[in-house]
Amino acid sequence: MSDLPQQLLNGLSLGAIYALIALGYTLVYGVLRFINFAHSEVFMVGAFVGCYIGRLAGAVTWWSGLTALAAAMLVCGVLGWIIEKIAYRPLRGAPVLNVLITAIGVSLFLQYGGQLVFGATPRTFPPLFPETRVSLGSLDISTNQLIVIVVTTVLLVALQLIVKHTRIGTAMRAVALNPKAAQLVGINTNTVFSFTFVLGSALAGAGGVLYAMNYPSIDPLMGVMPGLKAFVAAILGGIGSIPGAALGGLILGAAETLVGGSQFSTYKDAIAFGLLILILLARPSGLLGRATVEKV
Amino acid sequence: MLSVSQLSVAYGAIKAVNGISFEIPRGAIVTLIGGNGAGKTTTLQTISGLIRPAAGTIRFDNEDITRLAPHAIVARGLCQVPEGRMVFTNLSVAENLALGSYLHRDPEQIARTLHHVFEIFPRLKERIKQTAGTLSGGEQQMLAIGRALMSRPRFLMLDEPSLGIAPRLVTTIFEKIVEINRDQGITILLVEQNAHLALEISSHAYVLETGQIVVAGASRDLRNDPRLKAAYLGG
Repeated sequence: MSDLPQQLLNGLSLGAIYALIALGYTLVYGVLRFINFAHSEVFMVGAFVGCYIGRLAGAVTWWSGLTALAAAMLVCGVLGWIIEKIAYRPLRGAPVLNVLITAIGVSLFLQYGGQLVFGATPRTFPPLFPETRVSLGSLDISTNQLIVIVVTTVLLVALQLIVKHTRIGTAMRAVALNPKAAQLVGINTNTVFSFTFVLGSALAGAGGVLYAMNYPSIDPLMGVMPGLKAFVAAILGGIGSIPGAALGGLILGAAETLVGGSQFSTYKDAIAFGLLILILLARPSGLLGRATVEKV
Repeated sequence: MLSVSQLSVAYGAIKAVNGISFEIPRGAIVTLIGGNGAGKTTTLQTISGLIRPAAGTIRFDNEDITRLAPHAIVARGLCQVPEGRMVFTNLSVAENLALGSYLHRDPEQIARTLHHVFEIFPRLKERIKQTAGTLSGGEQQMLAIGRALMSRPRFLMLDEPSLGIAPRLVTTIFEKIVEINRDQGITILLVEQNAHLALEISSHAYVLETGQIVVAGASRDLRNDPRLKAAYLGG
């Protein structure tokens, strides 16, 4: 295993992307108590926005890359806001099953709407950031990988600051803990729900761009697999927990890359779902999640 | 100050509250008493906007608030201390109180209100850094009331503040309710199963039974009312 450091680095950058997507699942679940299955399609839209901006920019500079990232986050944030408003808000107070079925509906709508708008054939993702490779001993590092890790870290810290130290973040935590009590201290839950969707979707948008930078073939169904794996990462870390989503993403990314680089590489995709089964059997509340009793 | 007329609330086919009307004058302590399932909590939650009524109107300071969202109702100075206290158990006492002043943005004014809450409940100041979930039932009730006071209400509704609290602390809590009413001029609607205490500190009372008001009058008179004695005052 002389290439172990290399595999870990690859795993770290893949895991960072899973973590970004997982945060969206975990934020929405923590505040609204349901899984937004359309989240992986928001991720896909992020990749396409990055693709268009990259093509428009022409020259590959740091500015074109950062603009693409910011644009993807902005468009996806707005998309998340619209999804919450149109699809989920009318279902406030409806049984969870109705909401879940709607989420699957939104997901399919975006997948096939995406094929209509973007076309079904895979496209090549243009280079966004000037890429160089650095060799460090046996380690081959691409700047794209470093960008993934740095951007993820910055976004994670920003998210933590928003949730812990802003007024709206405090409101989010209050709604997550007790929605009724939150309303009784004067918190507008609709604002909190919208904001949560915007935040989670913007992170997915960034995730989409970062993913496409490293796996540069994109199509409207590209969100399905990474979305599913990020969902597993969120469960693994403990759904509803922000550090849990980050940890789950990293573990999953590392496990997948290590298996992918070994003689069992055909089982690369099975590892995520094997982990899911294991965690559900051994510790259903996840690594950093709190054990709670589901009220019915 | 608060006027409820012909209010009906239904959960599906089940009518929890059936056409009740009552008035609460400014500055008063009025109590709503009744047994389990009488519709007391439903009434309060409907006034707070958490439940939509099937019929009827709720007016606060001559404004129709029947269809307002809960946060808009709090913003008008009508605040509730919910049944079971509902403090944010994972947050500290300080964070709970800070959330109470969510709608206020002037830090100086918030500090003054906080100082005032600590004067009423010195125990909360001692426990300021403690997680709310680790407080005793009585302390959590103090915190719930303190949190409500942080919103600087003009009208406070309390849902069974005596529930699940040591008897000694129940007396303290009731004394504080009287104090809050007297010193700050906050009008109070008190929902209670403990009819004895509720009738002692209130000026008017309504008795709720299976979603209807069956007895109404001055608390002084109701203390000796034979209809209440049998059902709520233990003979």
